[in-house]
Amino acid sequence: MSDLTAIGLELAVVVTALSVLVLDLWTPPEQKRALGYVAAIAVGVIFVASFAVLIPEPRMAFGGMFRLDELSLYFKRFFLLTALVVLLMSTEIADRIEAGFPEYCALQLFALTGMMLAASAYHFAMVFVALELIAVTFYILTSYQRRRLASLEAGVKYLVLGAVASSFLVYGIALVFGAGGTLDFARLANSSNTGSHRVLELGLLLVFLGLTFKLASVPFQFWAPDVYQGAPTPTVAFLALGSKAAGVALLIRVFYEAAPAIGRGWHGLFAGVSAATMLYGVLCAIPQRNLKRLLGYSSIANGGFVFLGLSTFSAPGLSAVLYFLAAYLFTLGAAFFVLCLVAPTAETADIPALAGLHRRSPLLAAALALSMVSLAGIPPLAGFFGKFLLIKAALERGPSWPAMYALAGLALLAVVISIYYYFGVIRAMYWPGERERGIVRDPEPIVLSGLTRAVLWFCIIGMLWLGIAPDKVLNLAEHAVRALAL
Amino acid sequence: MDSLTFIIVCPLLGAVLIALIPRSFEVLFRAIALGATGLSLAGAVWVFGGFELGTARIQYEEVVPWVYSLGISYHLGVDGLNVGLLLMGALVAFAAACVSSEIRERQKEFYLLLLLMTGGILGAFASLDLFFFYFFHELALVPTFIMIGVWGRGANRREAAFTITLYLSLGALIALVGLVALYLETGARTFDVVAMTRHVAAHPVSESAQDIIFPLLMIGFGILVSLWPFHTWAPLGYGAAPTATAMLHAGVIKKFGLYGLLRIAVPLLPEGAQRWAGLLAVLCLGNLVYCGLVAMRQKNFGLLIANSSVAHMGFAFLGIASLSLIGVTGAVVVMVAHGLLAALTFGLSGYLHQRLGTLEMAQMGGLLRRLPFVGGVLIMAMLAGCGLPGFANFPGEILVLFGAWIRHPVIVSLAAWAGLIIGAVYALRAVRMMLHGELPQRWHDTPDAANAWRKLPYALLLAALVIFGCFPRLLTDRIAASAQQAIAAAQGPSMAEIQRADDRLFGGPEPTKTSIGRRGASDAGQKGIATGRSIRLTGNAAHE
Repeated sequence: MSDLTAIGLELAVVVTALSVLVLDLWTPPEQKRALGYVAAIAVGVIFVASFAVLIPEPRMAFGGMFRLDELSLYFKRFFLLTALVVLLMSTEIADRIEAGFPEYCALQLFALTGMMLAASAYHFAMVFVALELIAVTFYILTSYQRRRLASLEAGVKYLVLGAVASSFLVYGIALVFGAGGTLDFARLANSSNTGSHRVLELGLLLVFLGLTFKLASVPFQFWAPDVYQGAPTPTVAFLALGSKAAGVALLIRVFYEAAPAIGRGWHGLFAGVSAATMLYGVLCAIPQRNLKRLLGYSSIANGGFVFLGLSTFSAPGLSAVLYFLAAYLFTLGAAFFVLCLVAPTAETADIPALAGLHRRSPLLAAALALSMVSLAGIPPLAGFFGKFLLIKAALERGPSWPAMYALAGLALLAVVISIYYYFGVIRAMYWPGERERGIVRDPEPIVLSGLTRAVLWFCIIGMLWLGIAPDKVLNLAEHAVRALAL
Repeated sequence: MDSLTFIIVCPLLGAVLIALIPRSFEVLFRAIALGATGLSLAGAVWVFGGFELGTARIQYEEVVPWVYSLGISYHLGVDGLNVGLLLMGALVAFAAACVSSEIRERQKEFYLLLLLMTGGILGAFASLDLFFFYFFHELALVPTFIMIGVWGRGANRREAAFTITLYLSLGALIALVGLVALYLETGARTFDVVAMTRHVAAHPVSESAQDIIFPLLMIGFGILVSLWPFHTWAPLGYGAAPTATAMLHAGVIKKFGLYGLLRIAVPLLPEGAQRWAGLLAVLCLGNLVYCGLVAMRQKNFGLLIANSSVAHMGFAFLGIASLSLIGVTGAVVVMVAHGLLAALTFGLSGYLHQRLGTLEMAQMGGLLRRLPFVGGVLIMAMLAGCGLPGFANFPGEILVLFGAWIRHPVIVSLAAWAGLIIGAVYALRAVRMMLHGELPQRWHDTPDAANAWRKLPYALLLAALVIFGCFPRLLTDRIAASAQQAIAAAQGPSMAEIQRADDRLFGGPEPTKTSIGRRGASDAGQKGIATGRSIRLTGNAAHE
């Protein structure tokens, strides 16, 4: 029974998902949209309830497979909030999702369950189950608009590369089991500390590679731009936020807890991946003309920033990563919400098509501009403080490992380059374009529903809050990191 | 609300207010901008007037802890280094809001961004916490980008907007790395500049770290101030920016880097400062001579004053590189004076551009006949730029040259030559080509600034230049004690000995509050904070 209370939040999400599926049977077609609101409200309630969960000390459940601690709770809250935004986004474009809107919501909730389980996984079997739950639902979610070729293409690409990544992961897990004799993180930590083992290291390397797929980082980064461009926008938002953060949570679990000695020994690998990912992301983003593709490359670059924090193997670095993710949530939430309103199809997401958006809807333009500024890491928005913490953590690690200075320098370069393409989006929206000059066009205004306005304001206030008054969330992040006893 | 917070919050609240008012109330936006910057100016005048002379103490201090775990606090305060800058910034912001009547379209966004910029830069000058110092400065970045792109002039304003944004971001980020490294190296676990200074006095930063962090700050801040050879963004950006943006940026925001060097780099990294001051002095020659020569070749008045504003920065850098009390005091005076002057010249060039549609000097001529007021002010501004006594630039520049003589005699000779001759050549040439000579037919009915309201911004800036030029002690008496504190650790041994000798001669350096009113300032001088003497001398020289 106590095991069930430990997974109470996950159970609540599963029950919500099943209820949505069942309610679907009795809901007339024209009211199916309401189910999206039901799911969103339920997730919102679960998010609030998660703050009532008090864990004086970490709780293990299911024979040590599941660990509920502050770190997992931080990630669970992150996933719940992400799902809330994504569900509202989906509901906003419910008309465009022809093939069963309630199922779309239910699948998102199942993916959410997978992410929440991943945050607590303390056993490789659990890792695999959680990741596959995420992956399989996303195979469907990416190709959900099945009449659109782009969406199908995205789905196939994601499926094939995801399957490759999964096979890496499984093979790695098998090697770890063969070398360590156990899949349990606690026991593995004990045995791996005794001495290094080539096979164990190989297994962990394969696990690492499998997880880089989730973060869309080198060497498994190729899928991101294509999938981001083709898949339905809410799916992309969930991929960019939830799926990526799940990969981060697992990287932390595996390389900080299951094999801390090997992890620390591999900080060079983490730093190398960080450098390659950042550079690849920012350099490839420069020539992009499609906003969704641009966000794909930007997501790769930000994966590199996450690796920058992870490669420090220090408490400040890790809390910086957690803070960065929280900042990323509000920022990308706003960006994708705007995107799914102004660009119903992949073609309309071209950046020049945003011209004059500030006249059609000042709020949408402001929200997108603010999220671009936040992504670029400029005060007073959330992204600035996230990057500030990451660079500070990297410099802090410098005295004991000078390569971090070089990595921090590279990160700065990446930030400067990224300002170029993020500001290109702002330019497209605000600067008078060639077409607009001279001819006074009267573009039709975009009418926003009250709920949309509320969500956009929520994201804007979140961005400003995390940028101006970072104290609260930073405390949460630092508290979460303390669970790791670094 | 405390005075400094009031000064910062007025523009920011104004920006929020503008954001909330619907577009149809177009008249209100300008009124709000004028009101908000006007209130800021009033607050800054109040703080400047109430500033207690002769002490290096932080005044009007406010501290609110912000992020405990990192040691970040919202810490505002003024001392001699920034009280004048704050006043200058508020004055320029008000003038910039005044001249913005040329903006006809999308007023809501324009004034919102203008106020955001103003609040940011005033906040940066008032902040005594590294984090907020940087944070407030960066508030101006996005507004600059959008303003140049949307309301800017010229065909290449797009490239200009991107260049200025990327270049300044690079500079700011390099400075940020330096600041974070400084935070980590001091080991004080605080971003509070005052606490750090206190900590560093007892536990200096290791010499090897100083050797690396100081150049980081010097280059980072240097880029922001258009230190040669990192100056190329400035003429391009200012040439393309709308009038108000150029005024605020060239006048006020550019001083942020200089202020950062004086507030942070020199006091906290004294040995690094000593080691790198030589290079800084050499680079400043690049500004004074090279950029001066470039300004001489310009055919466009906008580019001419943009280059000349880059050139003038050389004096401020030279003052800092002198690491002497007189030189640093002069540098602060130059910062204030140049802020007013740059705002004035960019304001005037904006007026001319609006009326004539061009700034090509070859097409102008004889405009003084049509524009007695604007032309007259322009002549005075150009003369002030040459360093004519009576304008605030003169005492600043001469203090810098005197102060830097001991450390860099050769550079001072060259700088004086560059400042006086090159500056005079391009300034007088511009006056001759634009204002004298034959008036072309097409400019025959160019209107002058029509009413008192239109004349106000120029009159205010010019008045400030003249007041500080004729009574430089208004500034130097405020600056000297703080400047002394800033360079106390970085002064060379010989200077320190001079200092000690002075103290022995003139008694204790700690004057009491009652003895120093604004009128009793001369007492403070006689009490002999080492340079009280010399500054008084040059002050009188300026007078005569």
